Amino acid sequence: MTGGPRVADLYSVQDLHLSLADMTAKPLMGAAPLIDILHGLTFTIPKGAVVGIVGGSGSGKSTLGRALVRLLEPSGGRILFDGTDITHLPEAALRPLRRRFQMIFQDPMSSLNPRHRVGTIIAEPLRLHGFDSLPDRVARALDQVGLPRAFAARYPHELSGGQRQRVGIARAIALEPDFILADEIVSGLDVSSQAQVLNLLEQLVRDLGLTLAFISHDLSVIRRLCQRTIVLYRGKIVEDRPTADLFADPRAAYTRELLDAIPLPDPAQPWV
Amino acid sequence: MAEAKPIDGRSLIRRRAGARLWLSAGWLTLLCAVALLAPWIAPKDPLAQDLFLGRLPPFWVQGTEPGYWLGTDSLGRDVLSRILHGARVALAVALVAGTITCLVGATLGLMAGFLRGWVDMVISRLIDIWMAFPPVLFSILLIAVLGPGLWSIIIAIVVIDWTRFARVIRAEAMAQGAMDYVASARVAGRGRIGTMLREILPNVLPTIVVLLTLEMGIAVIVEAILSFVNLSISTDDPTWGGMIAEGRTSVHQAWWVLVFPLITLFLTVLSFSQLGEGLKDRFDPVLR
Amino acid sequence: MSFLSIRNLSVRLKKGPPLLRRVSLEVAAGEVRGLVGESGAGKSMIGKAVLGILPPSVEVTEGEILLDGVDLLRLPIAERRRRIGASAALIPQDPLTALNPSHRIGPQITDRLVDILGWTRADAEARARALLAEVQIPDPDRVLRSYPHELSGGMRQRVLIASAFAAEPKLIVADEPTTALDVTVQKQILKLIAGMQARHGTALLFVTHDLGVVSKVCQKLSVLYAGMVVEDTSVADFFAAPRHPYSAALLAATPKYTDPSAGLQPVPDTVIATVQAEVAAFDRGTARG
Repeated sequence: MTGGPRVADLYSVQDLHLSLADMTAKPLMGAAPLIDILHGLTFTIPKGAVVGIVGGSGSGKSTLGRALVRLLEPSGGRILFDGTDITHLPEAALRPLRRRFQMIFQDPMSSLNPRHRVGTIIAEPLRLHGFDSLPDRVARALDQVGLPRAFAARYPHELSGGQRQRVGIARAIALEPDFILADEIVSGLDVSSQAQVLNLLEQLVRDLGLTLAFISHDLSVIRRLCQRTIVLYRGKIVEDRPTADLFADPRAAYTRELLDAIPLPDPAQPWV
Repeated sequence: MAEAKPIDGRSLIRRRAGARLWLSAGWLTLLCAVALLAPWIAPKDPLAQDLFLGRLPPFWVQGTEPGYWLGTDSLGRDVLSRILHGARVALAVALVAGTITCLVGATLGLMAGFLRGWVDMVISRLIDIWMAFPPVLFSILLIAVLGPGLWSIIIAIVVIDWTRFARVIRAEAMAQGAMDYVASARVAGRGRIGTMLREILPNVLPTIVVLLTLEMGIAVIVEAILSFVNLSISTDDPTWGGMIAEGRTSVHQAWWVLVFPLITLFLTVLSFSQLGEGLKDRFDPVLR
Repeated sequence: MSFLSIRNLSVRLKKGPPLLRRVSLEVAAGEVRGLVGESGAGKSMIGKAVLGILPPSVEVTEGEILLDGVDLLRLPIAERRRRIGASAALIPQDPLTALNPSHRIGPQITDRLVDILGWTRADAEARARALLAEVQIPDPDRVLRSYPHELSGGMRQRVLIASAFAAEPKLIVADEPTTALDVTVQKQILKLIAGMQARHGTALLFVTHDLGVVSKVCQKLSVLYAGMVVEDTSVADFFAAPRHPYSAALLAATPKYTDPSAGLQPVPDTVIATVQAEVAAFDRGTARG
């Protein structure tokens, strides 16, 4: 990627570094030593793009995602969101911006507070940002994700995994954000629920004009959903290309390894 | 999209409030009523001594006076009336000491476990140092300094037992803090204190409830122990511990003076702990 | 002759709804059968029933589980445990919780052999070492001395696989053994399991929701919906032409990176209605009979 950030870029990430404390190596007195997770990432996300971020465990993909929504603070480099430098912005300044970038989490069990009803879960962020007519917005969000409005009265444990994940999506889109980060949101779901959630996401991106970053370790899903794919390996970007090109001609050895590892539903595939 | 019917039966499991909850709640409600109404429903004056009526056995034994249902002690005081009045002290201590201990300990534990950082460091060190004091000696020392009395007992219990709450609630708050729904609240823009109260606290509540009822049971026992060694309230008002102490000396001639307050004490403490267990299940909408 | 023969197995929540509806399947000696279905379809429940580890809230209402010709359900509990312990084993889903964090790896493999099966300590340790080498763990002695938290997820799963094969069981139930793993690690683990299964001639009941995995590891499969077997066929036949519409729908939902336009089609409402009608008909039939 060359040149500076253009106005059409929603995100511009420049030489991003992030280190986290290694709690397992913490001495009795004093701070824990830092482990470098991200080693200088540079890329952009244009408005309206659907970008896939792929990598194995330890690649830093989740860390990158959390940095983009400022759940974590970078230790170096810059993140520009729609032209604003959010790299080290304090919480108070970040708060009004948070409405515009939202996140959907991997584990539908732990990402919804088990003690709150679905309606409350969706309404909370709306309340925090001063939206009005909450019940209408909640109902509309449920409609958009294809859940019956009556689900607003239910608790998360009364829903299936796929339904819970859709509540997570409803919560994210209710705020009418510009950007959504989806962190492995279908990894724990069976094929049927996975298909439903992904189709829903595709449709919402079209209808609501969202910019989407989709983190996954599953290249099959990325192929279908994302126009562009970034492959991460050990905290560095090893590929950043249009998805079709990546699959047609994988350049990095790690990408080839990922592709080879996928078991296709076809007994004739030479694999084992 | 059609709503898929649940294809498994797991979501249909229901928990019913068990006998445990009703029995323990029943006993404690009875006790509260008794404690409130003791001055009116106690058959005799608990302090009235009548040496001619000393050591009368309970009503089902031959040769006793009518009106003294559970017998009298060596000074002729009615055991039943004294038990009823003793409930006032026991419950006052249980409810007040239990609640204050819970508030102090749970608040500090919640803050330490969720806010982490220097708050956690300060509170954790405080807990560690505090717990190093031997509790029994500590309480006796405290009472010696404060002088005997209801409030001294309450303060002693709070001062010693808050660490129990703090430790456990801190661990729970830490575990809950790692959950994705907390991260989700941050992404939504909620501040830290708001998250602590709105997201973490409801999930820690079942544990708090259990500890609270447990603590009430402990408070009753502590009061009984202190009155057993005569460090409890300063007046002549009867306490269960005091009755047990007195009954100990005459256990061969008048077993009822010891046994009945002991049974009452036992049932009360048991009820508190079972109440906690029963309530915890009711509070928890999540089925594991 | 099948080594494992399940006939008309019905399981339900105690005084509650059915979880398995007259499930029947066969696994021949040395064969690999897949159990596929969505979450809650009951595939794990079958494995648990075979190994005698059904949760206490669940009961068997009818059926037979024949292990090497003997009906496990009709045996007294102690005898059943002995038989299962001697000839069956489990590869669990979550390597994190399946190992006791307080004990080193070595005893977790050898204790079962020594205490329950009566091996000598020396034999058991030699066996453990040999198995760890077989699952391609580079430094078996070090691993035997380690605690579970000192190993990675992939290593732990290898340890669990080694442990499952330790007593030379005739049947292994693998309950979604790779669901929690990275795709590259999954491939290694699957190759490992397939290789060991072939070498030791063990029958394998493989529970998974991933049809891609099934096509690589299994020879036969059963498709489950709401505790009912809707298709029971060979893997070759299944992928060529599934007979039941629900099976076809599952295939259509599975993504294929070689063909971006294929896959990721949710199960259509018509298919769900069809299969739910079958379940309802089954329930009416059992209520009557």
